[in-house]
Amino acid sequence: MTVLNSVQPDADTATVKDARRGRGHGVHYLLLAPAILLSMAIVLVPGVFTLVTSFTDWNGVAADPEFVGVENYAAILADPIFRTAVGNNIIWTLLFLTIPVVLGLGVALLLLRRPRTRGLYQVIFLLPYVMAAVTNAMVWLNMIYSPISGVIGFLNKQGWDIDSPISSLDGAIYAVAAVDIWHYWGFLLVVYLAALRQTPVEQIEAAQLEGANSWQVFRYVYLPNIRPTMQLMFVMIMIFSFLTFDYIFLMTQGGPANSTEMLSTFAYSLAFATFQFGKAAAVGIVMGVFGLVASVIYTRMSRRGMDV
Amino acid sequence: MSRSSNRALRATPGHIILILLVFTALFPIVLVLLNSLKDAPEVVRNPLALPESPDWSNFAEAWQYAGYTRGFANSVLLTATTVATVLLTAAPAAYVLAARKIKAAGPVMIYLMVAMTVPIQLFLFPLYAVFARLGLLSNVVAVGVIVAAINMPLAVMLLRTFFLRIPSELPEAATMDGANTFQVLRHVLVPAVSPGMITVGIIVGLNAWNEYLISVTFLQREESYTATLGFLSLTGTFAVDQGVLMAGAAILILPIVFLFLAAQRKFVDGLVSGSVKG
Repeated sequence: MTVLNSVQPDADTATVKDARRGRGHGVHYLLLAPAILLSMAIVLVPGVFTLVTSFTDWNGVAADPEFVGVENYAAILADPIFRTAVGNNIIWTLLFLTIPVVLGLGVALLLLRRPRTRGLYQVIFLLPYVMAAVTNAMVWLNMIYSPISGVIGFLNKQGWDIDSPISSLDGAIYAVAAVDIWHYWGFLLVVYLAALRQTPVEQIEAAQLEGANSWQVFRYVYLPNIRPTMQLMFVMIMIFSFLTFDYIFLMTQGGPANSTEMLSTFAYSLAFATFQFGKAAAVGIVMGVFGLVASVIYTRMSRRGMDV
Repeated sequence: MSRSSNRALRATPGHIILILLVFTALFPIVLVLLNSLKDAPEVVRNPLALPESPDWSNFAEAWQYAGYTRGFANSVLLTATTVATVLLTAAPAAYVLAARKIKAAGPVMIYLMVAMTVPIQLFLFPLYAVFARLGLLSNVVAVGVIVAAINMPLAVMLLRTFFLRIPSELPEAATMDGANTFQVLRHVLVPAVSPGMITVGIIVGLNAWNEYLISVTFLQREESYTATLGFLSLTGTFAVDQGVLMAGAAILILPIVFLFLAAQRKFVDGLVSGSVKG
């Protein structure tokens, strides 16, 4: 999902060497135009409108929204649901920065030593990743968490007294996170495994010749080699944890009693359940600022390897 | 103790972990398949049991009530629109950014990286209002274009790296022979990056096929429902008949699984190429 690729500057400049330097620029802007126009029409211009809307009381339909200054921002900052949402986004970020990372890296190390079977394992662990959020969410909701038709319900009937975590105020966020992590961790495994496999064999052999044990080989040979990938994944997980929407909205819609509300679902409900587009826009802007900060970190990190 | 048994002993904990994780990954999928062949009371009695007598009628019922005939047609249309729009816009941009012939390349790359990570909620609400005004709600092609705009920056970044791998002699030789930029692009560069285009097409296609947030917001009339939205409408109607619901899920899951198995190398390449240095 991310981009960091080493660039050979020589190849770069060589392609540039155009006998007719300086003449073909119009063509190049023309080639760039469709992508830029598409992004401007769908993302940039509506994004600017969101900023403007966040200072109005627009309901999504009215032609003459009133300018209300920073009222929307004051209102959402005072709203306890907003605070719950920020808290939940932070919980989500912490969960995703730990569990799938440890799982992905750990299993990548296990598979590193299993050259014959790792292809099969990779495919199995990626299956949940390629399946749609819609089916994943509904399968877990109905076949596992449901107290009627799910595994939880079945266990209840066998005399095990387990409450469905999805309907508990404290447990619901973890129940949803479990499904998203089940879906997501295989992606990290594949990325980490690919990064580990690029470690130069000579380095590994040299370390082993000097008597390094497997932990030391990991710590002093593999880890420095995969550090850029680890850092990049770290930032991407942070960004996407603050944008997370699908699994929450599909499984709890922010409930029960707003206990799983995220900034994304909060903004969505403000716009499409109560038609407070102004407030929804303000939440969108707050999310955008979080994202922008992460983006700046991300761009800086990428630039090291990407000579923008 | 012999060396080989020693190794087997050491490998065991790792093996157990892998087997447990394989079980975890496949368990929900197995539940779908098992229960798609049961009637409602049988599911409720024991979701873990094998079906007593496989009931294939669930599939026909799910197909009909989820509107999958139309749903799959709409999903194909949406995915095709998205993939075509992404490739047509991203490939030329990626070429320009790889060649770095213009000064704006740096700022454009930074813009695309920011666009790749902005929340959808940052632009969703005004976009929705404009689409409503223009009568484009429930228009599958228009929604495909939105999904394309969201996926395009990633595609540019990925394709750019494919362009960078082309040896510079190729376009140079063509230019020497008098080809103009468009001819070089069309006859030299596009064939050279077509494996990259396929990889990017698969990743973007998967994103579009599985898309939820934009579809559920914009596609409101039933005629415009994609397969995923059709499946969701089952959860309202068949909240009590889990067998039909799981048949509906199986119909959605199986094609993706088979496609993934058939093109796994491309999938893995696409997922990794953006994330790993090198």
